[in-house]
Amino acid sequence: MKAVVTVMLKEGVLDPQGKAIGHALGVLGFTGVGEVRVGKRIELDLAETDPEAARKSAEDMGRSLLANLVIESFQVEIV
Amino acid sequence: MKAAIVVFPGINRERDMAIALQLATGHRPQMIWHKETVLEGIDLVVLPGGFSSGDYLRCGAMAAHSPIMPAIHEHARRGGHVLGVCNGFQILTEAGMLPGALLRNAGLRFLSMDCHLRVERADTDFAGHYQTGQVFRAPMAHGDGNYFAASDTLDRLEGEGLVAFRYASASGEITNAANRNGSQRNIAGIYSPNLRVLGLMPHPEDLVDPLMGGIDGKPLFDGLAAALAA
Repeated sequence: MKAVVTVMLKEGVLDPQGKAIGHALGVLGFTGVGEVRVGKRIELDLAETDPEAARKSAEDMGRSLLANLVIESFQVEIV
Repeated sequence: MKAAIVVFPGINRERDMAIALQLATGHRPQMIWHKETVLEGIDLVVLPGGFSSGDYLRCGAMAAHSPIMPAIHEHARRGGHVLGVCNGFQILTEAGMLPGALLRNAGLRFLSMDCHLRVERADTDFAGHYQTGQVFRAPMAHGDGNYFAASDTLDRLEGEGLVAFRYASASGEITNAANRNGSQRNIAGIYSPNLRVLGLMPHPEDLVDPLMGGIDGKPLFDGLAAALAA
């Protein structure tokens, strides 16, 4: 079973990478781009076969290591 | 003072830290590999700078879960002293031993230069050989030194006098220009509530001998050695 964990900086936390990418897109002539935010996508191959148990396990991993909840939030998707 | 330096894979400042501690105490600190699990007879635990585990995932995220960390938590819980410099500060925040987090520098550049730090209080075991308000020079070398915490956490740190050092001009003014990494409220270093755990981004251990270009960082180690002499 595969879990995809998406980690993003929380609202209100400065994302200088997003800002730099937004600026570069403007330089390249792309218009109408508002705020740009950069995150991480972490794919986990899990031995667990029950989707709910896999989700719970991935959420535990998110809280203990994959995200720093002081600055980041995360979402788990079971695929 | 018996000091121990914890060595994580990817750390690179442990030898300079050892020189600074040896100059202050007269003997070599113990080097402790991160896979050890026991700290005995140690007064000061130092987490040095570098790039533990290649800064993968987040700076200090892996090191914060190393086998030695429960012993460091216990050492701090018993009132033991802990100093985290640069990556060591990042590890302390990742381990939840100090509040907040260190984000990517606001300008996205790795900053390798001297900065000036203003001593916010000198009545601690770390800063006892400085004066409150004194400014000293310290090299910094980091890509993720932008101190962030929620505003109520920042208010608490300031209200309880737990801000150790702020980025300042050479004359001691707290300015945006002096705050090269974009840290909130110019915070360069903070204490735990019992003032026994200190984390800071710049490197006082890099200025402890005239041959290094100055001795601005030496009072920190001399002060610690004097405070923990018993």
